[in-house]
Amino acid sequence: MGYQAKLRVWRGDDGSGDLQDFTVEANEGEVVLDLIHRLQATQVPDLAVRWNCKAGKCGSCSAEVNGRPRLLCMTRMSIFSEDETITVTPMRTFPVIRDLVTDVSYNYTKAREIPSFTPPEDLKPGEYRMQQVDVQRSQEFRKCIECFLCQDTCHVIRDHEENKTAFAGPRYLMRIAELEMHPLDVADRRNEAQTDHGLGYCNITKCCTEVCPENIHITDNALIPMKERVADRRYDPIVWLGNKLFRRNGG
Amino acid sequence: MTEVERHSYDVVVIGAGGAGLRAVIEARQRGLSVAVVCKSLFGKAHTVMAEGGCAASMGNANAGDNWQVHFRDTMRGGKFLNNWRMAELHAKEAPDRVWELETYGALFDRTADGRISQRNFGGHTYPRLAHVGDRTGLELIRTMQQKIVSLQQEDQKRYGDYEAKLKVFAECTVTELLKEDGRISGAFGYWRESGRFILFETPAVVLATGGIGKSFKVTSNSWEYTGDGHALALRAGADLINMEFVQFHPTGMVWPPSVKGILVTEGVRGDGGVLKNSQGERFMFRYIPDVFKGQYADNEAEADRWYDDADKNRRTPDLLPRDEVARAINTEVKEGRGSPHGGVFLDIASRLPADEIRRRLPSMYHQFKELADVDITKEPMEVGPTCHYVMGGIEVDPDTAASSVPGLFAAGECSGGMHGSNRLGGNSLSDLLVFGRRAGLGAASYVESLERRPKVADADVTAAARTAVAPFDGARDGVAEENPYTLHTELQQSMNDLVGIIRKSDEMQKAIDKLAEIRRRICGVTVEGHRQYNPGWHLALDLRNMLLVSECVAHAALRRTESRGGHTRDDHPQMDAQWRNKLLVCSVADSDEVVPDVTIAAKPQEPMRQDLLELFELSELEKYYTEDELADHPERKA
Ligand SMILES: Cc1cc2nc3c(=O)[nH]c(=O)nc-3n(C[C@H](O)[C@H](O)[C@H](O)COP(=O)(O)OP(=O)(O)OC[C@H]3O[C@@H](n4cnc5c(N)ncnc54)[C@H](O)[C@@H]3O)c2cc1C
Ligand code: SF4
Ligand code: SF4
Ligand code: FES
Repeated sequence: MGYQAKLRVWRGDDGSGDLQDFTVEANEGEVVLDLIHRLQATQVPDLAVRWNCKAGKCGSCSAEVNGRPRLLCMTRMSIFSEDETITVTPMRTFPVIRDLVTDVSYNYTKAREIPSFTPPEDLKPGEYRMQQVDVQRSQEFRKCIECFLCQDTCHVIRDHEENKTAFAGPRYLMRIAELEMHPLDVADRRNEAQTDHGLGYCNITKCCTEVCPENIHITDNALIPMKERVADRRYDPIVWLGNKLFRRNGG
Repeated sequence: MTEVERHSYDVVVIGAGGAGLRAVIEARQRGLSVAVVCKSLFGKAHTVMAEGGCAASMGNANAGDNWQVHFRDTMRGGKFLNNWRMAELHAKEAPDRVWELETYGALFDRTADGRISQRNFGGHTYPRLAHVGDRTGLELIRTMQQKIVSLQQEDQKRYGDYEAKLKVFAECTVTELLKEDGRISGAFGYWRESGRFILFETPAVVLATGGIGKSFKVTSNSWEYTGDGHALALRAGADLINMEFVQFHPTGMVWPPSVKGILVTEGVRGDGGVLKNSQGERFMFRYIPDVFKGQYADNEAEADRWYDDADKNRRTPDLLPRDEVARAINTEVKEGRGSPHGGVFLDIASRLPADEIRRRLPSMYHQFKELADVDITKEPMEVGPTCHYVMGGIEVDPDTAASSVPGLFAAGECSGGMHGSNRLGGNSLSDLLVFGRRAGLGAASYVESLERRPKVADADVTAAARTAVAPFDGARDGVAEENPYTLHTELQQSMNDLVGIIRKSDEMQKAIDKLAEIRRRICGVTVEGHRQYNPGWHLALDLRNMLLVSECVAHAALRRTESRGGHTRDDHPQMDAQWRNKLLVCSVADSDEVVPDVTIAAKPQEPMRQDLLELFELSELEKYYTEDELADHPERKA
């Protein structure tokens, strides 16, 4: 049942680091995070890794396994052969703090830049009425566990530090879509999605959708519909005229 | 002096779960400056894992529901040991707290007429749990996280800085509370990332640190649940109550070993899932205890009809309160009718169409598929009890959430009283909202009433820093070096085996001896490496909290010679009315020891207010109360 697995784990900090080889016991049914924990308990007590729920619910244990962004707690050892060396590295898009732990503050900064839910002013608590079919679309996006794997994989920022200021990333563009599709939200978010949050950078490659552990259809259900809404608004002649007039007045 | 980063706030909330976030929102809305500190990243607190739902008698699914019914259910679930005032406030205020979340942007599942849908859960008379599939906790956390962002955006508009009045200190652990003349003056901790020390100067601290499950081997709880708030409060001079009551959730995963303990939501049973033993028998019908006789269906036909017509039929005993179900499973397994991996079967596959299962229980479907190779739409799950929740916690004033230490408040799982000897499912999320808000208010009023703010003494800061780095110094003379991971494993094993779901006096004594041994060895805990993101060091510091809290559990459990709710004794199997109104209070002596000695004392509860008592029929109360206590009941006097 148990066997000796070969793990190659990146160790280091923001200054320097390298891949180190370990041999560690693996048992039936285990996931990569179990092996990392066994390493901590038996060989490298100061190996840094984030985790909480161990059940794919909190989005803490994000890293890259053989180069693919994954949750360590949901990556079964059984998908690898016993003689394979499994390489575990931190998410590449974010600065390393130590070992497998990265600085994900970029995401919290972006979260704060998205204007919040704006309910109708006259609606009192307890009076909200919405149909299941209408909330379902936004509910899909609210399944997001904020693992940031989609952010990690998106090529717009993966090796392009310079795009980080202008681009909110799939997770937060999806947040805009979620609010836009909220049955009771009264704000119009289309223009800002394009100008302030960088929707235009996304060229719908769907890489984000592929790595999402919650299987959210980020590209098809959030980003593409959002792009369509933006296009509708921008090319709507009345809005266009309105924008022009407003600008002229304002300037 | 040690280098320490200093901050000053009106209120510091320790914990960013449901209770903490709700307290933050309230205190900030009262105009105060607030810091929120948490061990994990923001948005990852334990609350995120809650699945089934949040109990509130909105009456959307059954118009017969109201606060009185909810109050009665809660008191019954806790076997009448609950702090009745907390149960009253909770039942009355929960609906408003849930509706409020919608104004923050929450999207609960809906009824056909567009209101919040409510689901059945164990011990609740009516479908009462507001929910979002089986990820309700995620919705709660995210909603409040986003509300906090919106408050920060308002501050940005007003002060030009998002963090002018409300700041999140994530991945930061508080290790010590500081006082001046008996009042809270600050909190001391370290950044997990850098290991650097941090000091909050504040007159008011709200503890919202969650539970203690990591003291047990099989648990649904994460590494965060090391009883920090419980221990911090004790060391600051506050009392803990009800620590002998630990909830073992009946349905945790049992296989594969690496996921043993991970929760299977009660929502599976709420939505029609049934428990079966290896002979295919729905065994729960044999386990309806006397106090619940008459309230539950005694045959399968009626139980099955209940899902569609709850008014004409009695509910299935699969949905008895958790302590009852957990004990029943334990007995089935012990008597040889368990599943291959030592649990029982939970079958939803034969009860609902596959599509419906995937729609209502998506994360359970996912969890079993990914982690156990089990398709729950085709096969039954294997489940068994897992340590889930601690009813015991910091004793607080129900209305203000104030502890006995001026300036110290507590809410959520780390507080005690509300759930008595056993918590009903869904009553925690609502508890977080109701008492999180009240703690925020309580702290705000306290701060506003102060004429002078207590000061932090430099000597206290130096001492706190010294204690924190002690594990790097190596073992003291004459004490052997210890690995924190090994010591932790030993502690978990003995709590699990000896102070677990079924308790016996000699076993608990053994556990107490073992804890005393760990107490001697803990001074030898030594860690390698440096202070930057060092999990070995973090565990070494958490370990002393786990030990202190485990001692409270073990000592209180040995003391209570009856069985009630989350405390079951083989040697005292009956519930004893003489024990009903007695609380066991844990406190520690003021000392510099790493782990101070625990004292346990019994004290009587305040009798229930007459109008609340009269919500129950005499015949029911007689099952729990002594004759003397019921002398004034109107049915008695009539
Ligand atoms: C798997 C699972 C499912 C559940 N399902 C339900 C359900 O359906 N319905 C229900 O009502 N209840 C449910 N519960 C119970 C409920 O989720 C918890 O009781 C509740 O979330 C606790 O919330 P809290 O706010 O008290 O603490 P938590 O959400 O646990 O937050 C504790 C916070 O304190 C912080 N903290 C702790 N110690 C320190 C320290 N020393 N320094 C700084 N910060 C610290 C942590 O980092 C964390 O942010 C479930 C529990 C589990 C485990
Ligand atoms: S679809 Fe858009 S957001 Fe997603 S990875 Fe591709 S470019 Fe990035
Ligand atoms: S959208 Fe998916 S991949 Fe992106 S953060 Fe959320 S859960 Fe993770
Ligand atoms: S530990 Fe929570 S998602 Fe992996």
